[in-house]
Amino acid sequence: MQLIKDLGKFISWLPDIFSKPENWGMYYKETIRQMYDIGIGSMSIVMLISGFIGAVTAIQFSYQLSGGFIPDYYIGYIVRDIMIIEMAATLTCIVLAGKVGSTMAAEIGGMRQKEHIDAMEIMGVNTSAYLVMPKLIAAVLVIPLLVTLALIIGIGGGYVAAIYVAGLTNYEFEKGLRFLFDPYNVVMMYVKAVTFSLIITSVACYQGYFVKGGSIELGHASTRAVVYGSIIILIADLIIALLLMG
Amino acid sequence: MIIAENIIKSFGSQEVLKDISFTFEDGKTNLIIGKSGAGKTVFLKILVGLLKPSQGSVRYHDLDICCVDNSELRELRMEIGMLFQGNALFDSLTVEENIRFPLDMFTQKTIKEKRKQVNYCLERVNLEGINDKYPSEISGGMQKRVGIARAIVLNPKYLFCDEPNSGLDPKTAITIDDLISSITKDNNITTVINTHDMNSVMEIGDNICLLSEGKLAWQGSKEEVLNNNNPTLIEFIFASPFLQRLRSQALTSSQS
Repeated sequence: MQLIKDLGKFISWLPDIFSKPENWGMYYKETIRQMYDIGIGSMSIVMLISGFIGAVTAIQFSYQLSGGFIPDYYIGYIVRDIMIIEMAATLTCIVLAGKVGSTMAAEIGGMRQKEHIDAMEIMGVNTSAYLVMPKLIAAVLVIPLLVTLALIIGIGGGYVAAIYVAGLTNYEFEKGLRFLFDPYNVVMMYVKAVTFSLIITSVACYQGYFVKGGSIELGHASTRAVVYGSIIILIADLIIALLLMG
Repeated sequence: MIIAENIIKSFGSQEVLKDISFTFEDGKTNLIIGKSGAGKTVFLKILVGLLKPSQGSVRYHDLDICCVDNSELRELRMEIGMLFQGNALFDSLTVEENIRFPLDMFTQKTIKEKRKQVNYCLERVNLEGINDKYPSEISGGMQKRVGIARAIVLNPKYLFCDEPNSGLDPKTAITIDDLISSITKDNNITTVINTHDMNSVMEIGDNICLLSEGKLAWQGSKEEVLNNNNPTLIEFIFASPFLQRLRSQALTSSQS
């Protein structure tokens, strides 16, 4: 019941979010600030996680394929497709739901509690648009770039592990990377990245904007932003897989 | 002029404001007074449109803000300045950036013109030279004054102040009162102050409404406060035993 209520409230909030900005310059500045916070602020964690995931995937599959029936270069193929189809977009966005989602919910929720949002409303600012639209635009622009970075670093991690741990040659790994490559998977990766970035931002901003109470409630809102964001990402992942691969 | 008519506000089954009607006059310092929990802040938030009344209307001249859509309300709000109880200054911006924020958002002035306007407002509140400080680097009284400077930067027709003296020492509180009063007179704006500070009532209260348990218990001016026998007003104004003794002494001496 609460879910339907929240969904209805969110849908009725959308016209306010996407109404005409009072001043394009201020929105542009805020979008750039958000792009910096989301992009530069999340690069190190995204690189760290995707590098390890790529390396672990290569090591695990080299162990699984060690019987000799399947050629070694399949490791490169598996690392590539796992990163493109699932890990780069989904895992990166679940990590970002934690890092970026909680930050956004806490930032907007803190502004609500300190009456900053009321102060802006009194000035005549459309706070729904000013606080949410730049974050949505920044996330949609930057998160696909982070996913691309995760893909490159993940394959790099897989390469290092495949060469130095599993004992593959450069040629074998490269052959695996080129083997049965389907560009459609890359399209799917970006569809996921854009969808997930909208989910992360919408859930976090909604939780922060409508927070009521004190610091404990703000903590709960921040946690809900991460938990709900992650769950909705997983559901959306399933739906996109069914729609685009079915 | 702001006219509040038959305002009723309920939160669930609890009725916080009970049929309040009051006229806030132009060019005057209008005070909403009452004990904590009397409904002052809810009334103020209804006046500025942050809350919708359950019943009744709030008219700014001919515009009923309870019946307008969000865009019309935002247009009206560009004529409103507000000082919040907690100042609501943006922590990550400097004093100058805080005051400049409405100018950045709503005007096409050059940076030089904006800086001139910011400096004028800072001068108006006697805070020259603190442009680059952050709110956390200045005192509570200075933060209040920066809040006032931000509230008046767009030359509003209406100024609202929620507990402007809370947390301030008596001398600083008087300074803030004088400042608000002089801005009201000089700019001929309608000022509405929500307070329970008795100094404010006696110094700057041109038009006062007393709320008690969500009802309008009394209305009048500062001159009428001392010569009034309204029990709720007397209970509120002369709350401490010391003031009660002073009042009885004054009454006795005037009778003799």
